[in-house]
Amino acid sequence: MYEYDDIDQTLVDERVAQFRDQVARRLSGEISEDEFKPLRLQNGLYLQLHAYMLRIAIPYGTLSSRQLRGLAQIGCTYDRGWGHFTTRQNLQYNWIKLEETADALADLAKIQMHAIQTSGNCIRNTTTDQFAGAAHDEIEDPRVWCEIIRQWSTFHPEFSFLPRKFKIAVTGSPNDRAAVRVHDIGLRMHKNAAGEIGFEVIVGGGLGRTPFIGKTIRDFLPKQDLLSYLEAILRVYNQFGRRDNLYKARIKILVHEIGIEAMREKVEAEFAASKDGALKLPQDAIDQIAAQFAPPAFEKLSGISAEYANAFRTDFEFGLWARRNTFKHKQPGYSIVTISLKKEGAPPGDASAEQMNAVADIADRYSFGEIRVTHEQNLVLAHVKQSDLPAVFKALKAYDLATPNVGLASDIIACPGLDYCALANARSIPIAQQIALRFKNWERAHDIGELKIKISGCINACGHHHVGHIGILGVDKAGEEFYQITLGGAADEQAAIGDLIGPALNTRDAVDAIDTLVETYLRLRNSSDERFLDTYRRVGLAPFKEAVYAVA
Amino acid sequence: MPLLKDGRLVGEDAFQPVADDAALPESGAVLVTYARWQAEKEQLSGRNDPLGIVLPNTLDVLDFGAEAERFDLIVLTFPKFSDGRAYSQARLLRERFGYRGELRATGHVLQDQLWAMQRSGFDAFEIPRDDAAEAFAKAISTFSHVYQPTGDGRVSALKQRLAIQNKDGRRKQEAAE
Ligand code: HEM
Ligand code: SF4
Repeated sequence: MYEYDDIDQTLVDERVAQFRDQVARRLSGEISEDEFKPLRLQNGLYLQLHAYMLRIAIPYGTLSSRQLRGLAQIGCTYDRGWGHFTTRQNLQYNWIKLEETADALADLAKIQMHAIQTSGNCIRNTTTDQFAGAAHDEIEDPRVWCEIIRQWSTFHPEFSFLPRKFKIAVTGSPNDRAAVRVHDIGLRMHKNAAGEIGFEVIVGGGLGRTPFIGKTIRDFLPKQDLLSYLEAILRVYNQFGRRDNLYKARIKILVHEIGIEAMREKVEAEFAASKDGALKLPQDAIDQIAAQFAPPAFEKLSGISAEYANAFRTDFEFGLWARRNTFKHKQPGYSIVTISLKKEGAPPGDASAEQMNAVADIADRYSFGEIRVTHEQNLVLAHVKQSDLPAVFKALKAYDLATPNVGLASDIIACPGLDYCALANARSIPIAQQIALRFKNWERAHDIGELKIKISGCINACGHHHVGHIGILGVDKAGEEFYQITLGGAADEQAAIGDLIGPALNTRDAVDAIDTLVETYLRLRNSSDERFLDTYRRVGLAPFKEAVYAVA
Repeated sequence: MPLLKDGRLVGEDAFQPVADDAALPESGAVLVTYARWQAEKEQLSGRNDPLGIVLPNTLDVLDFGAEAERFDLIVLTFPKFSDGRAYSQARLLRERFGYRGELRATGHVLQDQLWAMQRSGFDAFEIPRDDAAEAFAKAISTFSHVYQPTGDGRVSALKQRLAIQNKDGRRKQEAAE
């Protein structure tokens, strides 16, 4: 894992001091709220419905156990003993006081964390595959590149006042778990014909009001050119992205309006002029960062562990959990464990301080003290010995953290919605809770299999509804909460924007409609191997639409 | 409007702004708009005194850069502090076109942006406050290191660390010899 050196620590400390001074100048009236707003936003501080919300960056979703304990502690001191993990691999505290934020940030700095650029029109926290450095299908560890991007983009003087926010995601695996096609820039590592590893660069993806799947601007970019190329894209965007309309300011609109060819021409010209400059990455600089992501000291194991096989056979609940919540590791004898933060009926992504401390302890004991946050609002133990899986299951279960539903219908992504968010049209969390309860029966849920339901409380799409197999969008109809349903979205390497099935439904009908959609799928599928999404792609919208609106 | 140059308040601006429809003074340093420069290139080029130009932040500086050298002052505009186009213009003028004259920020220039402006190549600021020099000194000393290279020549953290590593390596090697 990456550890701060003196340079990183000094910068984060200096940032806290700077913000403390800015808060003081705001409280004294020296700067106006209008002038203060971007300053606080660049430090992750949002004004919400009931209080300030503080958004903490978890760079590329990687945490040490010490950091997780620190977050739990900060949650107790400045919030109400909770933290909320988000789709951006960040953590949010929902009940923060302005006067205390500088202290909270100082406490964060002590655990090598911060809230820098978690908001505002700048380059945000770079996200990646939660299984980075562990997945069996990985070409190269993308965290190395995320860290290089983190450093380059932090306090970037040229790009602190972009037309709009800017999000970069990286995947090191052909199976995209980082949704790179719906980010402003997506980077997909792959090998070219000569066997060299580099990046496919994808630009102009995004969700929100006008969703777009990103387009490939370059098939293969050599690694040493990464930062020059990113800077070229950002420079074109900073100058030519629209600033006249907030809703048209993302890079996706620029790419859409001038076309990917014109965009490529501008970016390549800029890149050609700067590629051999100071941003070119020397191999030894790459190596120096990469060394910090060296694999942990794995044991050499072979064959299937007896404890694991035995538990699988004798403990039904364990078997269910192991089938759903573990993933194949690249190191023989190890597994990746996903910790579900989606116990049916609980707010998706919420974790209590007690749970965070428990996960930190379990990580120390069984997973080299490392934890990941996923964009699906779960946590991950990346390196667990298979023989330890039964013990890990038991330990997690004691804290309600072993719900065997990863990837299933109740593993729902939901934004904060009207319970917290000032922009919301409708609540997201209660509807997620109601839907999840419908799929509490494990037999039915496992029979249905992979089904990604994603919910946003308004068109800003923080809950990724456009790319849900089933997407749910809260809308306001004459002061009442209504929900629009879309089908067939996907965020992976076959990314797609979902299709609207018809008029919006009220809360009760929307929850019923999800049941109806699932029943329709079960009736139509060819076999239990055909996932909801596959069936939808095969048969199309009509039978689903019919089923939902026939009832209503 | 107080003008800060190289960290110090300048009593009087040497450049006289001339409106597009006003006659040019016979002599002396003048500041003209980009539109006027476009219309009266020849006449303006003939002058012996220093020449300054104000560029709109919507201008693609790639179309102007080759002429930058001709000027002693280029003024870039921030209509709102949140409109960051001029940062890119500044870097391109300094780093791509090698402009060495005065590069001045005008418009909504706030203390908290001075650091980024300076890193992008600005060396002069029109800033509406009496304690501008103190504010500037404080702003540019906020951070002891930088994470990315710009034309200001500061060494990025990535390369600073490499230098440390190489020095350590040499020391170890010497010790071993
Ligand atoms: C609660 C306060 C929040 C506010 C006020 C807020 C605001 C916004 C706005 C205005 C947009 C639209 C941006 C655009 O289209 O240009 C947006 C998009 C987005 N936000 Fe949030 N958000 C909030 C919480 C969250 C949370 C909790 C998450 C993570 C779970 C999140 C993740 C995202 C994502 C993934 C997008 C859409 C993808 C994209 O950028 O195109 N936001 N948010
Ligand atoms: S999608 Fe809308 S309601 Fe949900 S968090 Fe984003 S802005 Fe708020």
